[in-house]
Amino acid sequence: MKRYILQRIGFMLLTLFLIATLTFFLMHFLPGTPFNNPEKLTEKQIKVLNAKYGLDDPVALQYLRYLGHLVTGDFGMSFQYEGRTVNSMITTRIGPSALIGFQAMVFGTIIGLALGIISALKHNSIYDYGSVTLAVLGMSIPSFVFAALLQYFVGVKLGWLPPALWEGYQNTILPSFALSVTVIATVARFIRTEMLEVLGHDYVITARSKGVAEPKVIVKHVLRNALIPVVTMLGPLAVSIMTGTLVIEKIFSVPGLGEQFTLSILVKDYSVIMGITILYSALFILIVFIVDLLYGFLDPRINFKRGAEA
Amino acid sequence: MKMKKMASFLIFLLIMTMALSGCNFSSSKDTSSKGSGGDKSGKSKQVLRVTESSEIPTMDSTKAHDTVAFTVLNNTKEGLYRQDKNNQPIMAMAEKHEKSDDSLVHTFKIRDAKWSNGDPVTAHDFEYAWKKVMKEAGAYNYMFVTAGVKNAQAIMDGKKDADELGVKAVDDKTLKVTLERPNPLLETLLTFPTFLPQNQKFVEKMGDQYALEYDKVLSNGPFKLSAWKHEQGWTYVKNPDYWDAKNVKLNKIKVYVVKNDKTGLNLYESGKIDRVSLSASAVDNYKDDKAFKTKTLAGIGFLRFNLNHPALKNENIRRAINLAIDKKGLTDIALNNGAVPLYGVVPGNYYYSPGKKDFRKLNGDLLKGTAKEAKKYWEKGLKEIGKDKVNVSINISDVEESKKMAEFLQSQLESKLPGFKMEIKAVPFEQRLEIEKSIKYDISLSTWGPDYSDPMTYLDMWVTGSSANREDYANPEYDKLVEKARTETDLAKRYKMLLKLEKVLLEEDVAIAPLYQKGQAILQHKNIKNLVQHPSGPEFTYKWTYIE
Repeated sequence: MKRYILQRIGFMLLTLFLIATLTFFLMHFLPGTPFNNPEKLTEKQIKVLNAKYGLDDPVALQYLRYLGHLVTGDFGMSFQYEGRTVNSMITTRIGPSALIGFQAMVFGTIIGLALGIISALKHNSIYDYGSVTLAVLGMSIPSFVFAALLQYFVGVKLGWLPPALWEGYQNTILPSFALSVTVIATVARFIRTEMLEVLGHDYVITARSKGVAEPKVIVKHVLRNALIPVVTMLGPLAVSIMTGTLVIEKIFSVPGLGEQFTLSILVKDYSVIMGITILYSALFILIVFIVDLLYGFLDPRINFKRGAEA
Repeated sequence: MKMKKMASFLIFLLIMTMALSGCNFSSSKDTSSKGSGGDKSGKSKQVLRVTESSEIPTMDSTKAHDTVAFTVLNNTKEGLYRQDKNNQPIMAMAEKHEKSDDSLVHTFKIRDAKWSNGDPVTAHDFEYAWKKVMKEAGAYNYMFVTAGVKNAQAIMDGKKDADELGVKAVDDKTLKVTLERPNPLLETLLTFPTFLPQNQKFVEKMGDQYALEYDKVLSNGPFKLSAWKHEQGWTYVKNPDYWDAKNVKLNKIKVYVVKNDKTGLNLYESGKIDRVSLSASAVDNYKDDKAFKTKTLAGIGFLRFNLNHPALKNENIRRAINLAIDKKGLTDIALNNGAVPLYGVVPGNYYYSPGKKDFRKLNGDLLKGTAKEAKKYWEKGLKEIGKDKVNVSINISDVEESKKMAEFLQSQLESKLPGFKMEIKAVPFEQRLEIEKSIKYDISLSTWGPDYSDPMTYLDMWVTGSSANREDYANPEYDKLVEKARTETDLAKRYKMLLKLEKVLLEEDVAIAPLYQKGQAILQHKNIKNLVQHPSGPEFTYKWTYIE
């Protein structure tokens, strides 16, 4: 087990390094400069600025310099926001993104579980059809469409919740909910399919025939086994939430990272692009790793040691 | 057992996230929460609520480079001059302005005024800030060259030290500025935020934290910031120490960062903000709203011609293209956002002669004509180049608005000019600029915004070799006239030269095809008065704004 984890961490660091390298070079192939007001900049000014920021050096040299800073945890200074470090930008903006992302996962999983269980238990009933329809809608309509609808109807027409801005807890609900739609749909669908399958297994029939109380059968035997594939889904779902926040944050004016990320690419703010890319990739890799571990906890049949050696 | 582990892990995650999210909420205590109470409650409290499309990149006036920062600086600080309601320079920190007979030495008397920490504003604050711009190669250091301040060009070229800039604090109250040439635009330029003062003692005390937070910057203007939540917004409050505080009526301005047009509109609809700009798609729905209005801006859109192109270097061909475009259709159908057709290079409603006449009206409509005339020039041009077909491509940014315009132009030109074929090449904004700057296009759909409030900002860009002249246009007569106008201190004479310049550029040389003057459609509560909007530099001045 320990060996497996160490090995995985090694691979994670390698992956991260490759991503950082690739992003760095790709980014430098983008046309234009990271400086402001490109419409009016003259050749001469660009030269002076390039020299000031060391951008006139060969890209390979810049890359080595960047790596040097990176190992000390220094992401550098932003070009767009003069005088601000990328580290400080990330730390102030990660909170809101993490909060709505986390809430979306929690909302999504709970509601999705409930819908999935109901439709599995009431198979082929009106409830089943209802939740399947909901799930299909949730899968096929992009989250930003839900975001716009929620903002207009719940925020403006009904006035129940603030339509946008970031002034208190009530502001987090609509963006979290808009983000959670994909999670709800995916979780509900998976739980339904898995539960239906597990319900037909011999051990469930055995448990029932032994006279085990029905709730216990459902929770202990059916749900637990049905959960395994769902947990594997949570990883990719968390990632889809991370990318989903890019648009959702803009729509609800959430001062988060995703919004910053898209902007930094548009204006070619090199150091911010790198900082956030590395952060996102690290999170992504970490989530995949955690999900793999969870998988083992949930399903004793999976043996890390053997898996690692094979 | 395993389940327990997982549960404890999830709880750990939850706690972590909660801890992470000391989430920067900006307090909503002082906002009138819901409903359209904005109209009534605003009056007694004199509170204005607006949006900006981005965070303030920096509050350091020596580094500022964008409209958002300029607007904040313009309202929290004050330079020697500021723009009045008609965009004309009026004395601000300067109480008296004396010129030497040759107009080269300007002496400013600084009025009695205080920084928000109680320090007096002195001439040294100007000298310090101006030299700092040159020292740190601030984004707008070329404004000092435009202003003609002594040695600015040499400093930019690295031939002189920043300390040799032609500005000197003679004593606490007297600032002496030396120019290299007489400059009729000096006062206009001095309203620009790059010329703002900074309190050296304070700046040095703050070190690299200077201007990064609302309490790490000083104010000597009508307002000061009382909050600045990054990426969320900021709040201005009236500055009681401002020298002219009795003429400042607003008590508070709340600014929210909103990047999505639709979101802004929803906030306006739910009564959270008092003013919102509309995207083209929303215009039709709100046309009849009583808060709806359109406004022309000072930015222009035009076509650049590559003057090395075998067909486009022919003047008659260019003239035909100019006349064949239905500019009214372009602004009403393709743009539909308050833009108006432009028949010149200097837009209307912003620039006035010494006799108070609109530049655009004085010069009239240039390069305006009928489809029939266009065809006549077209045939003449084709004969001159000895071809019956012209194939070109148009270089545009890959944004919706540009694509719509390019398609409109394509259908117009191809139907009205027989044998003309135009291919649309859409690329990212930055790439469009690079292609333009290296003159590797045939026709380019381009825009320009003024640097300062004077027609010259649209005219001197066409001088031979200028970095904004991205089409190899070269006319020595034109260059000479620009040079003459730059130093002409007789304003009436100078204005005549400016009018002549535009005619040479367009009527004689047909160097470009002007298309439209930018516009803006907004919803703004009727009771907001005197919200002054400027063509260049800062977008707004709130000093005279009030709620009726």
